[in-house]
Amino acid sequence: MRFEGTENFVATEDLKMAVNAAVALQRPLLIKGEPGTGKTVLAQEIARALGRDLISWHVKSTTRAQQGLYEYDAVSRLRDSQLGDARVHDIGNYIIRGKLWDAFEAPGSPVLLIDEIDKADIEFPNDLLLELDRMEFFVYETRQTVKAKTRPVIVITSNNEKELPDAFLRRCFFHYIKFPDRETMQKIVDVHYPGINGLLLREALTSFFELREVPGLKKRPSTSEFLDWLKLLLAEEIGPELLRDRNAAKLIPPLHGALLKNEQDVHLFERLAFLHRRNAV
Amino acid sequence: MFIGFFLALRKAGVRVSLRELLMLQEAMAAGLAGFDVERFYFLARATLVKDERFLDKFDEVFGQHFRGVLQPQAEVPDGVAMRDLPEEWLRLMAEKNLTDAEKAEIEALGGFEALMETLRKRLEEQKTRHEGGSKWIGTAGTSPFGANGYNPEGVRIGQPSGRNRSAVKVWDERSFKNLAGDVELGTRNMKVALRRLRRFAREGAADELDLPDTISATARNAGYLDIKMVPERRNAVKILLLLDIGGSMDDHVALSEQLFTAAGSEFKHLVTLYFHNCPYETLWRDARFRKSDAMATDDVLHTYDHTWKLVFVGDAAMSPYELIQPGGGISSMNTQSGQAWLARIVKAYPAAVWLNPVAESHWGYTQTTRVIRDIMGERMFPLTLEGLDGAMKRLMR
Ligand SMILES: Nc1ncnc2c1ncn2[C@@H]1O[C@H](COP(=O)(O)OP(=O)(O)O)[C@@H](O)[C@H]1O
Ligand SMILES: [Mg+2]
Repeated sequence: MRFEGTENFVATEDLKMAVNAAVALQRPLLIKGEPGTGKTVLAQEIARALGRDLISWHVKSTTRAQQGLYEYDAVSRLRDSQLGDARVHDIGNYIIRGKLWDAFEAPGSPVLLIDEIDKADIEFPNDLLLELDRMEFFVYETRQTVKAKTRPVIVITSNNEKELPDAFLRRCFFHYIKFPDRETMQKIVDVHYPGINGLLLREALTSFFELREVPGLKKRPSTSEFLDWLKLLLAEEIGPELLRDRNAAKLIPPLHGALLKNEQDVHLFERLAFLHRRNAV
Repeated sequence: MFIGFFLALRKAGVRVSLRELLMLQEAMAAGLAGFDVERFYFLARATLVKDERFLDKFDEVFGQHFRGVLQPQAEVPDGVAMRDLPEEWLRLMAEKNLTDAEKAEIEALGGFEALMETLRKRLEEQKTRHEGGSKWIGTAGTSPFGANGYNPEGVRIGQPSGRNRSAVKVWDERSFKNLAGDVELGTRNMKVALRRLRRFAREGAADELDLPDTISATARNAGYLDIKMVPERRNAVKILLLLDIGGSMDDHVALSEQLFTAAGSEFKHLVTLYFHNCPYETLWRDARFRKSDAMATDDVLHTYDHTWKLVFVGDAAMSPYELIQPGGGISSMNTQSGQAWLARIVKAYPAAVWLNPVAESHWGYTQTTRVIRDIMGERMFPLTLEGLDGAMKRLMR
C-alpha cells in the first residue's frame, strides 16, 4: 500500500517517495524542516493512510534512550517491600514498558513517531542504534528478549538543534521539508479551510510570503502560524479589501500577532511599518 | 550501478557511504522508482543525502551525471557493452575518493570485485523479479532502447512518464541552494566544530551521585545502601566569550555569538561580554555599552577564575595607538595600554583563543593583528570551520 497523502495532509512527490521507500525497506525515516511545516502531523497521517496505529514518543532534553525500551521502577519495589506487599517478589511488576517496546509488540506494525530527536542528548540516537536496527532488546531484570513481530514504521523528526551522528543517519531515509511554495500552501489551506474565499486567500498568501521576506526576523512565520492567522481572519470576518489595502497606514496586516510570536519581531515589524509610513508621507 | 554517481557525489563533498549505496540498490530492486527519472531522483536523494546542506550539491551532481542518460546521445557507439568497461576506471576512482576506513570496509566485504559482484547480483535479481526490469540494465541486446542512453555504469534510467511534469527538471531548479553552507562559514558548519567542544566536556566531567541508580541498587540489595556514582551529565565547560562589537566585522561576531549561544545548553556556563576594538579596564554585559551594563575588567577576572575558558572574537585590527598607547582607547580613558590589559586578561586564563573573522592571509598586513597574535601566543584562529575546529582543540588541551 502506498502513501499518497491524505485528505488532511498535502504531500509533495518527493515526500511521498521518501515515505514509501522507508515503509517498503523498513528503515527509519528522518524528517527535518522548519518548525510548523508538518513534521509531526506527517506521522499521524502516515498511520491513518496505512491504517496503522500511531505510537508517539515525544523527546525532551531529559529523555534518555533507555526510557524508550523500559524502566525498572525500583522505588515502588522498595516501598512495596517495606510494606510487605507480595507483589515485590515478581520483579516483572516493576518493569515499565517504553514506547519502543509498545511498538515492537503492537499487532499490525504500527507507526512509531520519535518526535524532535535532536532535543535530547547528542548520544541519544547512538544509544538507540542497535535496537532500531535489530528491532529487539534484552530486559536484564526479567531476562526476556523483546523482539518486534513485525517491524514498525519509524518516523523521526528533528528541528536541527543538534547534529545527528553519521552512523545513525546512514540507516535512515531522509527528507527535508522544503518550505511550501505558494501553490503548495494554497493546497494546504484548501485542506484546512475548504471553500475559503479565493480572493481573501490570495491576499493573505501575498501578505504572508512578503512578511516572511522581511529581513532580520528572528522567527519567520511558518505554515502553522499562517493557518492560525487565517482562522482569525475568518473568525473576525476580515475581508480581502482590508488585506489588499497596501497604503502605508495599513501596512501592518490585521491580527499580525498570530503570525509573529516573538516580541522582538513584532517590534521590528512595527518599526519598519512606521518608517515606511513616514517615507510615504 | 551508480558507483560512478556515488564517486562523483563523494568527490563533490557529499558524504555518502557504501551502506547507503547498497540501500539504493535494494530500493531499486524493490521497484520503488519504477521507470521514472523523477522518481529515481527522489529516491536517490532520500537514500544518499542525510543533511540538507548537501541537497544542492546533490542536485548539481545529479544533473551533470545523468544528463547524457536523460537526453540519449546518438554518438554512443553501438553494441559496446558499457557495463564491462568502467571497472578498471572505477577502481582508480575509488582509490582516489574512498577513505581508508571505507577501503577497509570494501576489503571486509571481500574486495572490490566482490562488491561489484554483489551490486551486479542485485541487478540480476531485479531483472528476474520484476517484469521489464531488464530495461535498467544496459547490456546491448537486452535493452529495448538499444545502445543509446547508456550511462558509463551500464545502467539505464527510464524515460520520464507522462505524469504532470514541468519542462524544468526538478534537480535543475536547484531549489536547495540556500541551504548549502560549504564555502562561507554558516551557523550549520560551525555547529559541527562545536560538537567537539561538547564531546570533550562530557568526558571531562566530574562524578556525581546517581540517585535513581542508588535507589535501584539499594532496592536490589534488599534495602542495604548501595551508592552509585555517574559522570556528571552536564557539560562542565565554562566559557567566557569576549566579543568585539562596533566594527565592520559585526556580522561575523554576531554569528559567533549566536553559535555559542546555540550551544549554550551544553556548557555549564556561558558568559558573554563585549568590548570595542580592544578590551581595557571596562567590559560590558550588553553590546549597547550602557553605563549600567559596565563591569570592571578586574572584577571579571575575579568573578570568573582560571577554570573558565576564554574566547575572544574580533578582527584585532585598529589603529596602533588604541593598542599601544595609554589613553588610546576610542571609548575609554585607559591609564594602561590596551596591550597591557590584553596581556593581563590572557595571563589570567590558561585556556584562551582568539577567533578572527578576517582571512588568515591578511593578518600579517595589520600591525595590531600581529601584536595581538603575539600576545595570544599564536592562539589566533580564523573564523572558518577549520579555524574553529583548531581553536576548540586548542581550548581543550
Ligand atoms: N503539508 C501539510 N498539509 C496539511 N497541513 C499541514 C501541512 N504542513 C503543515 N500543516 C499544518 O501545520 C501545523 C503544524 O504542523 P506540525 O506537524 O506541528 O509542524 P512541525 O512538527 O513541523 O513543527 C499543523 O496544524 C498541520 O496541520
Ligand atoms: Mg513537531
